[in-house]
Amino acid sequence: MRSIAEIFFGALGRKALGSLKGLHDTSRLINTTFYWTVVSPLRGKPVRLRASVSEVVKTGYNSIPIVSVIAFFVGIILALQAAYQLKKLGALIYVASLVGVSITRELGPILTAIIVAGRSGSAFAAEIGSMKAAEEVDALISMGINPVRFLVVPKLLAMMLMLPALTIIADGVGLFGGFFLSVTLLGIHPSNYIQQTASSLMHKDVFTGLVKAWAFGVAITIVGAYQGFKVEGGAEEVGSRTTSSVVISIFMVIVFDLFFTVLFYFLT
Amino acid sequence: MTEMEDAIKVNNLVTHYGDRVILKSISFAVPRGQTTVILGGSGCGKSTLLKHLIGLLRPTSGQILINNGNIAAMNEGELDEIRKKMGVLFQGAALLNSMTLADNVALPLREHTKLEDSTIQIMVRMKLDLVGLSGFEHFFPSQLSGGMKKRAGLARAMALDPEFLFFDEPSAGLDPVTAAGLDKLILKLRDVFKMTIVVVTHELPSVFMIADYVIMLDLGDVVFAGTLDELRISEHPRVRMFLERRPETEVYSPEDYFRFIAGD
Repeated sequence: MRSIAEIFFGALGRKALGSLKGLHDTSRLINTTFYWTVVSPLRGKPVRLRASVSEVVKTGYNSIPIVSVIAFFVGIILALQAAYQLKKLGALIYVASLVGVSITRELGPILTAIIVAGRSGSAFAAEIGSMKAAEEVDALISMGINPVRFLVVPKLLAMMLMLPALTIIADGVGLFGGFFLSVTLLGIHPSNYIQQTASSLMHKDVFTGLVKAWAFGVAITIVGAYQGFKVEGGAEEVGSRTTSSVVISIFMVIVFDLFFTVLFYFLT
Repeated sequence: MTEMEDAIKVNNLVTHYGDRVILKSISFAVPRGQTTVILGGSGCGKSTLLKHLIGLLRPTSGQILINNGNIAAMNEGELDEIRKKMGVLFQGAALLNSMTLADNVALPLREHTKLEDSTIQIMVRMKLDLVGLSGFEHFFPSQLSGGMKKRAGLARAMALDPEFLFFDEPSAGLDPVTAAGLDKLILKLRDVFKMTIVVVTHELPSVFMIADYVIMLDLGDVVFAGTLDELRISEHPRVRMFLERRPETEVYSPEDYFRFIAGD
């Protein structure tokens, strides 16, 4: 019979070893990915440009409609919620400042990241996972082709480029959503609204949002690829890994967001 | 046989899967320019052995010498150089489903050579013709039958004109006629290109058709290594059981069985 302490520390140790292995594997994947993205092109082994372009289309271009629609709605919602309080103070014009700052600093990047995590993070995990299950990853290795270079690097490049780009679109459309509601329903004069937005919005608001978006893109790619490479069995595991890739990447996006928000709050 | 040069030598190879021992210190040699069949029942460790030979898995201990270089001690860069001399046909062919057959076959050429695309196209057509798939360049793997996928996988494995060809259960899941066709293709490759071929299988008809040299594994040990004729006359009980398709003898006594199902 094992004592309670033995059972407790045994369970704790197993858990800790498991997470340490996860951490080790993740850092190895990050290391390899950045080696093949940054270092090896300098040594004359270029990245796969055509595959990267096709990933740009899949993860970025095809996300434009859904990102735009959601950003537009959120702009409207934000303006209405702000008006609900500001109206009582007679400060309705500040709707413009609130919408402008919250969209560019916060909601633009995070909404985009959550949509892309659901669309592309899951797709990465499913694609790499089913390739792993069908021995296609083994086949790549046996042909002397590094699977990280072949599969992950084009996705990472696409995400690093397209998440900031989609965020710019989300910012623009979100601002327009707030503007649209304010000039129609709230009766704010368009030129006043634009002037107020311009005076309260600073370059750094947009810039910090884009830095966040870049980091979210890296996080989503790594999480999706990691979950995909972890698949050992068959279809069922591909499904469960895809699910966890979405859950974990949304979680990571929020954690990174917290980190950057705190950082930029004190930096600026 | 002794005058033949060994292309692959395995010395005291030990491997584990988790805590379970899969291969218990096995040693054997694969002669150059011949077809060697690694034979054995399910779960004897033959697929694991193949993954070690192509450098997908690292052994717990022991040496795997390919052209006298120990791949068990190589880093990934050195391994990739060796891998360019190897072609592997996986059990499910493992073609990349997102690419056409032509792109699949062209992939190793595009990655490892600086050939013009027009040259690559010609080589792809040659390889596909070799396996009897000319005219299927623009098909996707999902549009092909199992036997055609395997032949396409073989064309890809042949793309860089390798010294070594490895087959994992080539006839698994194929009807006898298609399987025999694949066996004939293996023979042709050995005779025409003088390749060193290693086939992992448990299909006896195929063994007798293609093998020059046979290695039989059982429960993680080599129980037989020799030519096909030596295999036919071997007196080893496991070899006889395998060749005569006799089932495992009853392992439980009725009392043991009762104890087993009662769960203690």
